[in-house]
Amino acid sequence: MYVAVKGGEAAIDNAHALLAHERRGPEEITEIAPDQIEHQLSLAVDRVMAEGSLYDPALAALAIKQARGDLIEAIFLVRAFRTTLPRFGHSDPLETAKMAIERRISATYKDLPGGQVLGPTFDYTHRLIDFMLAAGVAPPEPAEAEPERGAVPRVTDLLDGEQLIEAERAVDDAPVGDLTRAPLDFPADRDLRLQALARGDEGFLLALGYSTQRGYGRTHPFVGEIRFGEVMAEFVPEELGFAVPLGPVALTECQMVNQFHGNAEQPPQFTRGYGLVFGQSERKAMSMSLVDRALRTREFGEDVVAPAQDEEFVLSHCDNVQATGFVEHLKLPHYVDFQAELGLVRRMRAEHEAAREPLKEAAE
Amino acid sequence: MLDAASTGFADPVLDAQSHFRTLMDALARPGSIHAFRPRLTPPGGLPAELAAIALTLADHETAVWLDPGLAADPAVSAWLAFHAGTRITVDPGEADFALVTDIGAMPPLAAFAAGDDAYPDRSTTLLIAVDALSAGGDLVLSGPGIESERRLGIAPWPAALTEQLAANRTLFPRGVDLVFATSGAIAALPRTTRIREA
Amino acid sequence: MNAQAPAETGYNFAYLDEQTKRMIRRAILKAVAIPGYQVPFASREMPMPYGWGTGGVQVTAAVLGPNDVLKVIDQGSDDTTNAVSIRKFFAKTAGVETTTRTTEATVIQTRHRIPETPLTDGQILVYQVPIPEPLRFLEPRETETRKLHALADYGLMHVKLYEDIARHGHIATTYDYPVEVAGRYVMNPSPTPKFDNPKMHRSPALQLFGAGREKRIYAVPPYTDVVSLDFEDHPFEVQRFEKPCALCAATGVYLDEVVLDDRGGRMFVCSDSDFCASRRDAGHRGEMANAAQPAGQS
Repeated sequence: MYVAVKGGEAAIDNAHALLAHERRGPEEITEIAPDQIEHQLSLAVDRVMAEGSLYDPALAALAIKQARGDLIEAIFLVRAFRTTLPRFGHSDPLETAKMAIERRISATYKDLPGGQVLGPTFDYTHRLIDFMLAAGVAPPEPAEAEPERGAVPRVTDLLDGEQLIEAERAVDDAPVGDLTRAPLDFPADRDLRLQALARGDEGFLLALGYSTQRGYGRTHPFVGEIRFGEVMAEFVPEELGFAVPLGPVALTECQMVNQFHGNAEQPPQFTRGYGLVFGQSERKAMSMSLVDRALRTREFGEDVVAPAQDEEFVLSHCDNVQATGFVEHLKLPHYVDFQAELGLVRRMRAEHEAAREPLKEAAE
Repeated sequence: MLDAASTGFADPVLDAQSHFRTLMDALARPGSIHAFRPRLTPPGGLPAELAAIALTLADHETAVWLDPGLAADPAVSAWLAFHAGTRITVDPGEADFALVTDIGAMPPLAAFAAGDDAYPDRSTTLLIAVDALSAGGDLVLSGPGIESERRLGIAPWPAALTEQLAANRTLFPRGVDLVFATSGAIAALPRTTRIREA
Repeated sequence: MNAQAPAETGYNFAYLDEQTKRMIRRAILKAVAIPGYQVPFASREMPMPYGWGTGGVQVTAAVLGPNDVLKVIDQGSDDTTNAVSIRKFFAKTAGVETTTRTTEATVIQTRHRIPETPLTDGQILVYQVPIPEPLRFLEPRETETRKLHALADYGLMHVKLYEDIARHGHIATTYDYPVEVAGRYVMNPSPTPKFDNPKMHRSPALQLFGAGREKRIYAVPPYTDVVSLDFEDHPFEVQRFEKPCALCAATGVYLDEVVLDDRGGRMFVCSDSDFCASRRDAGHRGEMANAAQPAGQS
């Protein structure tokens, strides 16, 4: 039933009570617990942490439960929670070369130091519905092996040794931008672009990355490396002056290696596109690295001709909390504006009609 | 109505697969003769080889044209409808496949669909029953799929067909493709093949 | 050989339903009749992701019979993960015999390579194709590229290659190097290194190309001219390697660079793992044949 303009408050309370009821579902079905979501729907949890921009698996799991599995709604909840948190500073740069590797693959080399480690992956599974899962059959024990000892060098560092890839040098004292603390200016530096992409919507970045593969801003990409595992996050409290570990963070890192023919200033070499996200999400990390490289178009003296290369377009539209808010706001009452439009359309129709009268007479 | 004595494929999956492979080989190697022994019993005047090719390739997404002899026998249309679910058309210009049992009375090749420059694949494949196919006949073939030259004999061979095939070749990439079937064997002449008479 | 799919799969022989196979088979026959022309087909959702060989898998599924012997390679190798996955898929859904030997295979599905061992009459090579349209990176719109193919207007491609020469002194395309087929259509050979292009020319084998996501099938019949585009003053050239294979000492083959350490150590070995193994079985030894073998994937 449509709710009248007055008496809306009770209607809203009722709607939310109904939402809670629907969320719970039939009482005879066991209620899902956040720790089940955290450990059994962990990739959903990872996405909510990545796009929610907050590393807290238990909180993300709870948000997913509250959002009835609507991941963008859960991301929204996490973002809103993040806003309320005090900020103490920023961590030291994460040393992904020291990652405890769970998965590490390179498409550019058949084999390389540290090896190809497949880890837990859907890749090469046949997408046939497994009806045994419905029956709750216990999975076979996984094979176990000693993990690689020591640091596993990044593929881009191997290419760097031959100077075949653009050099990337750490700038120790440069301030790190944060678009959650200062409004975004255009053109935005790469740190801010990467932050926006890391928080950006997986589907949007996926589509943009895909468009570059189909000729709308081609970048000749190769997956130099994708790695997934835990990295220790470290923080230097000012009063101590040395780094203290905050705890391990699970991350997916993608180093995309792109062909570049060179220009007047730069020799032909490979260039980089970079992706880094919380949790295990190769789709997101790869899309991010494709779009990162596409957004570097101007830096390499190439023409901006495609959507994925257009920084303003990408950064202004990649945030799904912003996007869903504005798209869905069209559900809000707009009748005051609409009333004004009604008046305008009626007036224009009258004018149109009046303008046609003399023509009709002339025709008769 | 369906002829009670007629049958479709003994094994629809594997018969269709092996017939398709023979057809693909024949089109990929124009003029080469391939053994083709269908295990089915079509009705009336429909040769088993044409019937088997039709069941291999035609279905509800295709239109099949029947030559007047086949069109006159309702058992043929009923059999194709029952076993292939295919649509029968009276317009050779909109046929995906044309079944021909009388090569002498066949409409000119230009009457069939040749596709257009953007979509040359929207064309008719003619399936033609003949009395005999022989290696080393009068037709001298060259083009893709043929190492240098290959000779093929088709009987009967209407004189006008050599000229029509030459005209068909000049339309390339448009054009029709032809599959000839005799008892126990097939051979094909795709639109790419150049033909002269020795 | 078991004619039916193993019962536990619950799927038709070679996974696809018969209606889908007929549709693909019709497209393959048109592709064979119009060499190099990309025939649109109603590509299906497959149980592997787009970009991982769904086109090749659909073509193979439509072609494969119980008497076939299937080989699957990726990057030239039978033991790369995607090759293993696709080989297992057909072993499971079609029950066909599989092999790693190029000479034993009747159907070879490949991603990114053509075997070094020359193919023979009667063999079928099925390529997995990501971007079938050779003009796509010069003109992203399908409506435009279709017109250009209809008119055989390949000026854009020649301009692109010539710009490479003006800029670099040579053509800077190293893989998916465009070819002209049977004097008419310009075609993408799929991302094989251009090293493999000459193997396509007048090959006795039938070459079929499947692009699942882009919904195109195309073909090169046996003994068909396949010419890499070039210019009189800049003829087409293939990659050359300075050293022979470190394991089997083969020359004139495509080599993979294997990184041995992070101090610049490298070895070059055959990309075609079957070819390399066959040579080693025949007693050929490269300079590192007795050193540590490169590890497989863990």
